[in-house]
Amino acid sequence: MIPTEKQQTGLFVLGATHHNAPLEVREKLSISESANEQLHTKLSNLSTLREFSILNTCNRIEIYGVAETEDTIRQIQQLFCEQQDFAEDEFAKICLSIRDFDAVQHLLSVASGLDSQLIGETEIFGQIKDAYAQAQERKSTGPVLNKVFQKAFQTAKHVRTNTSITSGQVSVANVAVELANSIFGELTDTRILLLGAGEIGEKTARAFQSRGASSITVSSRHLERAMNLASALDATALPFELREGHIANFDIIVCSTAAPGSIISVSAVREALTRRSARPLFLIDLAMPRDIDFRVGDLSNSYLYNLDDLAAIAEENRTARESEIEKCQLIIAERAEALWKQAESRL
Amino acid sequence: MLSQLIDRDWLWIAAEFYLVGFLVGTWSLMRGGKPSNVLMNVIIFAGYLIQLTGLYFRGMAVGGCPLGNTFELFQFTAWSATTLYLVVGVTFRSSMLGFFTASLSASLTLTSLLIPAWDATRREHIFGGNTWIEFHAAFALFSYGVFALLALTAGMLLLRNYSLKHKRLGGWFSFLPSIMDLDLISVRLLGTGVSIMTISLAVGSMYWIRDTESVNAFKLILTVAIWAAYALALSMRLRGKLISTRFGWTCIILFVIALGSLGPINSSRPPEPPVIGS
Repeated sequence: MIPTEKQQTGLFVLGATHHNAPLEVREKLSISESANEQLHTKLSNLSTLREFSILNTCNRIEIYGVAETEDTIRQIQQLFCEQQDFAEDEFAKICLSIRDFDAVQHLLSVASGLDSQLIGETEIFGQIKDAYAQAQERKSTGPVLNKVFQKAFQTAKHVRTNTSITSGQVSVANVAVELANSIFGELTDTRILLLGAGEIGEKTARAFQSRGASSITVSSRHLERAMNLASALDATALPFELREGHIANFDIIVCSTAAPGSIISVSAVREALTRRSARPLFLIDLAMPRDIDFRVGDLSNSYLYNLDDLAAIAEENRTARESEIEKCQLIIAERAEALWKQAESRL
Repeated sequence: MLSQLIDRDWLWIAAEFYLVGFLVGTWSLMRGGKPSNVLMNVIIFAGYLIQLTGLYFRGMAVGGCPLGNTFELFQFTAWSATTLYLVVGVTFRSSMLGFFTASLSASLTLTSLLIPAWDATRREHIFGGNTWIEFHAAFALFSYGVFALLALTAGMLLLRNYSLKHKRLGGWFSFLPSIMDLDLISVRLLGTGVSIMTISLAVGSMYWIRDTESVNAFKLILTVAIWAAYALALSMRLRGKLISTRFGWTCIILFVIALGSLGPINSSRPPEPPVIGS
């Protein structure tokens, strides 16, 4: 039987992700807010494209849609490549192009964080929500995408609640923040001293800021560098030679200097603890060689973690998440099947 | 059918509810999950209401606050701890505290029910019809309930400290509240317990001054020693002299001593002929 145009109507996903497209390619394919607007306008003009939504993150650019013909998808690809000034044949080599049930299953996996570079990360959930809200605002969604996206959100929540796929942090900076939460609870009132103005220290400081910490002080052997970083972090700077005398004023100390030996002695920490009443002290040593005397970890009410400790926790969490993948996939497969049946009837 | 239940039957059912709370929590933790906060609170609340019914019937039968033997003292302590958990602990939003409360209440109530000798006899008219003395006794025992909950939060503080010191953060350690949260609630509980016990002793002392023979020296010394130990712990904690693990261990050891003193305090009263319970 010759398929009719109606019979070819289907759900699709077209795009590129971190799985096949390396960073330099994703950079070229990534679209700005204005480019997103332009692409939306162009796609809206395709009469055979019934519904669509554009998901644009640092790890993926994906267009979810309902097309009446296979040719519509080819036209979308052409429009996209033209806009991004990207060779279509090159795009064909790295592109993700899936249909119907597979497209549903893919969205459920993406929303659940299973398709992410950092498996189980939850940021993607918000990004999909934003993309869907934007599409709704522009009136480019319809009965099929509305159903599929809403069910994808429910599935992601179900996966998060009923498996351990999102538990535990998998980056060193976030592990440090999670540990600080285990000691101090909310981080809004904590005072942080950053010793060293390097990249890893900055990343850690930013991770703390993203969880509400606002009182950050930077100290470095080079005061100028400390002041530059302090300015970038909206923090204050402290002369390096005053660091030990000020330990008692801070709750969290992050060390990442390139000093050849210890810059925080056990006696300085012991003295600081006596001045801090019952408030614990959390010390994070990200330096190699270590910046903090290891005996600090033996002091009561102080918690010392070095780079190896944090990396080991991150690795443990990563392994734990990976062991949950199968469980998540079963949930997703089951839900995708039910959802596809509902979506298919709306095509 | 319910009308045929006597006080001990109600108390058995309540103890079983607490036990179910403990088992549900243990099962969740063994599966690598966190005990459900809602489920835990529902189970504890149901157990609490049933225990309240049992204590009410016992109180009606004895014509006063049921504090006449070791069985009743243990029951009342468990009930006090649960009351405080439901008032304060629920807002703490830690299902682990609910799990530990269910475990503690199950231990106290089941132990008291499983030792028949503790409820074989009871003293009547121990308050001499004086409601103030009854108030003193009930308040004193309520403070023990507060100290029981304090022992739980102190235990959680020690576990959290252990997990952070030994870098064992996975599994059920990850469900424990933060060090600061546990420390804060422990200090508040210690302050509350000491305040309640102080009020209780102040009321009791007014009657003791009038009639020093009414309380024997052993009971007086033991009770005042426990109060003084808790007050000292509070004072030291507030001055920053008793912190972290030393604070945690102190709260637990003091509660064990306080709980252990209930039996001797009860038996130090002048003997009376046995009375059959309701």
